Amino acid sequence: MRTVIRKWFWAWDFDKEEAWLNEMAAKGLGLVSVGFARYEFEDCIPGEYSFRIELLEQFPDHPVSRKYIEFIEETGAEQVGSIMKWVYFRKKTADGPFDLFSDNQSRIKHLQRIILLLFIVAIVNIISGCYNLLLVFLWHSYVNLLGLLNLLLAAGILCGTLRLLKKKNRLSREGRIFE
Amino acid sequence: MQNPAMTEAVYYILLSLTEPRHGYGIIQNVERLSNGRVRLAAGTLYGAINTLLEKGYIRALPEIKDSRKKEYELTQVGRAAILDEISRLEELLTNGKQMMEVSL
Repeated sequence: MRTVIRKWFWAWDFDKEEAWLNEMAAKGLGLVSVGFARYEFEDCIPGEYSFRIELLEQFPDHPVSRKYIEFIEETGAEQVGSIMKWVYFRKKTADGPFDLFSDNQSRIKHLQRIILLLFIVAIVNIISGCYNLLLVFLWHSYVNLLGLLNLLLAAGILCGTLRLLKKKNRLSREGRIFE
Repeated sequence: MQNPAMTEAVYYILLSLTEPRHGYGIIQNVERLSNGRVRLAAGTLYGAINTLLEKGYIRALPEIKDSRKKEYELTQVGRAAILDEISRLEELLTNGKQMMEVSL
């Protein structure tokens, strides 16, 4: 039986998203498909699967991504869906704990990838917002006050990015003593 | 001339490739060698393998039939790197045992 849940997670809360997917799996709902703010679940044995999310460097159908995904699948995991450059993996918990990263270096690299994406989106929104507000100022085109939404979004994104930066710095500092 | 210290994961990956293995085989072997202490995650392993391939420490074996599971093995350069690392670790161990015995 399929269950569809509509829920939104910000990119910087991908770890919360993962935790939520694993919580659902513990209750017997395993993710089988992802859409935009939309999660499709199939009934499963409670705790049968563990889930992990990763932001790839390229889109999932890019040859480089395909090689990576195939490698991950060779180790016993399965891709259950993707959205933009985000992929969702699942693995049977019977096979043992499921992690995509086991050292700080690769965790940091992943965080940096996400931080970069967020910065780019924030900057695009800042530029767009400023441009829109300029139009309001120059041409009294009040519809362009929507530019304020761009700036608001950019501010929100930067806050979220800050959270990830703190996490990344914490991991980096740890790396000064232990690898 | 000597390389800086290897990470534990890389050391064990290289050690595992003294015979040809595929990704999952490496993960299992490292877990066995370390008595369950070192559990390589697939994403981390993928990055490490690519770096090791770039440095020429390991090579990918030509894929036989359609088995799809690509296998890797150590190169001469990789072999030398492990031996270097072993002598570095021996130095650490010797000093550690000596000094800690003295201070106790």
